[in-house]
Amino acid sequence: MNLRAYLLHRLFLIIPTFLGITVITFLVIQLAPGSPAAMKVRMGEQGFVGDEATREIVEQTKALYGLDKPIWTRYGIWLKRVVTFDFGNSYKDHRPVLEKIAERLPVTLELNFISIFLVYLIAVPIGVFSAVRQGSLLDRAGTIGLFLLYSLPNFWVATLLIMFFGGGDFLDWFPVYGISSPGMESAVLLSRLGDHLWHLVLPVFCLTYGGFAALSRYQRAGMLEVIRQDYIRTARAKGLPEKVVIFKHAFRNSIIPIVTLLGYLLPGMFGGSVIIESIFSIPGMGQLGFEAVLSRDYPVVLAIATISAILTLLGLLLSDLLYVWVDPRITYEGEK
Amino acid sequence: MKGREKKQSYGRLVWRQFRRDPAAMAGLAFVLALFALALLSPFLAGSRPIAASLGGDVVFPALSASHRAIWDQSGEGERGWSVYPPIRYGPTDIDLMANLESPSRNHLLGTDDRGRDVLARMIHGSKVSLSVGFVAVSIYCLIGIFLGALAGFYGGKVDMVISRAIEVMMCFPTFFLILALLAFLPRNIFMVMAVIGLTGWTGVARLVRGEFLKQRKLDYVTSAKAVGASNLRIIFNHILPNSLAPVLVSATFGVAGAILTESSLSFLGFGVPPPTPSWGDILSQSKQYIDFAWWLTIFPGAAIFLTVTAYNLVGEGLRDAVDPRLK
Repeated sequence: MNLRAYLLHRLFLIIPTFLGITVITFLVIQLAPGSPAAMKVRMGEQGFVGDEATREIVEQTKALYGLDKPIWTRYGIWLKRVVTFDFGNSYKDHRPVLEKIAERLPVTLELNFISIFLVYLIAVPIGVFSAVRQGSLLDRAGTIGLFLLYSLPNFWVATLLIMFFGGGDFLDWFPVYGISSPGMESAVLLSRLGDHLWHLVLPVFCLTYGGFAALSRYQRAGMLEVIRQDYIRTARAKGLPEKVVIFKHAFRNSIIPIVTLLGYLLPGMFGGSVIIESIFSIPGMGQLGFEAVLSRDYPVVLAIATISAILTLLGLLLSDLLYVWVDPRITYEGEK
Repeated sequence: MKGREKKQSYGRLVWRQFRRDPAAMAGLAFVLALFALALLSPFLAGSRPIAASLGGDVVFPALSASHRAIWDQSGEGERGWSVYPPIRYGPTDIDLMANLESPSRNHLLGTDDRGRDVLARMIHGSKVSLSVGFVAVSIYCLIGIFLGALAGFYGGKVDMVISRAIEVMMCFPTFFLILALLAFLPRNIFMVMAVIGLTGWTGVARLVRGEFLKQRKLDYVTSAKAVGASNLRIIFNHILPNSLAPVLVSATFGVAGAILTESSLSFLGFGVPPPTPSWGDILSQSKQYIDFAWWLTIFPGAAIFLTVTAYNLVGEGLRDAVDPRLK
């Protein structure tokens, strides 16, 4: 199989996965009010809201998803909506869902790109270093430290940081609310930027530490595996300086699996954003999603789930292609 | 080859390796202690006696609901001797006069905004974390093993379909999907377990599929086929026992993950409904009083952290013990 055939094959496989994503979100809609079972639940639960309001929501949902039609037609309607990126209007403020998401996306992307960048920047050197000095005191201490870091729940860390560094009875070093200080709109660009970045310190820290703890363990394992290979022994045997052996021969090969992990990091990052953004009141996708779940704003919830699933699908494809591109030894059939 | 003898000695070999790892053993001890704590919670914290004499009879108000009703209705005069739990507060006993007290001799870990004893709530809350972790992971291991085994054994179209399903599930941001599902469903602990279980099976499925792909070409499978064993028999009696070790390792890490997920959900208000205590729920109360009520943040968070760490340590130890290549 040549590269083009492989590309076509991969692109073709996207179709069933995409359909699967729409089936899952479609099934979630079936749980939403409008489906008889869920309606009963909600009627009992929210009896106090008043029948008028409930009926209105139900009617709206019925019209939106064509709930009076048979299930196959309904799925067809949903599929068409997804393909044309028509996710309807938010229940809360009746604005188009896509508009709301477009508004919130940049902050989340900014947060996640900064933290992914930091994750790689910190994790790769730590991993390489502890593999090269395997068994040294620093390696062992680092391994334990990273292990503990990896097990720290990020919402706890966020709460602790707010408690100790965000005013209250302890230190008041960092702002803990939003992405800029009030009244900053009129300030000069540089101080506005500084203020903005200052707001991002704590949330970015919370999004970063777990990732680099996990990633540096991967990097260490990958590096250890490469160092044991015969060609490294050969390189050493022919008298190459250790620096060249490590950085030119070993490092380049050990980085390959780490690069491809990028695609897998993304969905996890978004999940983390939901908690961190709502703790720090950051107006991003995560907070939008959480608020939508709280207020049962179904169109927004479904749009976010569907769009991030599709984005992840593309991310996975990209990292597979990256894998083939950075490592010429990999054959295109080598899927297993 | 004597199959049974070999299997036994493999288990013993793993245990022998595992025992040599002090960190893993410490983790295991911590997990076992937690299970003991959860099982013994009615004996450790509660406002009613464990055993007491009531009009000549011995009753157990802390242990049985009917005895509790009898005890609550009884007058002081009928009561004789009684044995109380060491912490004389129940996890849901509200005392508004004593709200938000910092740790003291009366309330060792302080009280929350309704004056409930934090230590009592943490002891009883351990049940939620441990049971959700255990049940959710059991659910997704069963699903993952079943689908992974089918895909790996049959290959071809079956594998194609199941692999797509795995890919689909992997694309969703799991935590958000869990939140969204829980928002649509009635709120109780079983829904939390079921939703974590139904969304978490992809890792196990991929693992088992890989193992089956490797094992199905081995000689022992061919010989089982040759003597006419049915496919189901080969899958469940022959290949599965040989592929369970990595599943066990991943399940141990999975419990740690599920405990984290459950406490995040409770922290956001989507976990077990109140007034049932859970660690994440105590932490979520701390958000409002973050300026001063450090005891509401430190203690439950540390409990989650230590439990997750303990499970991860056990997982690491198991992984090293079942993987002979690393030794």
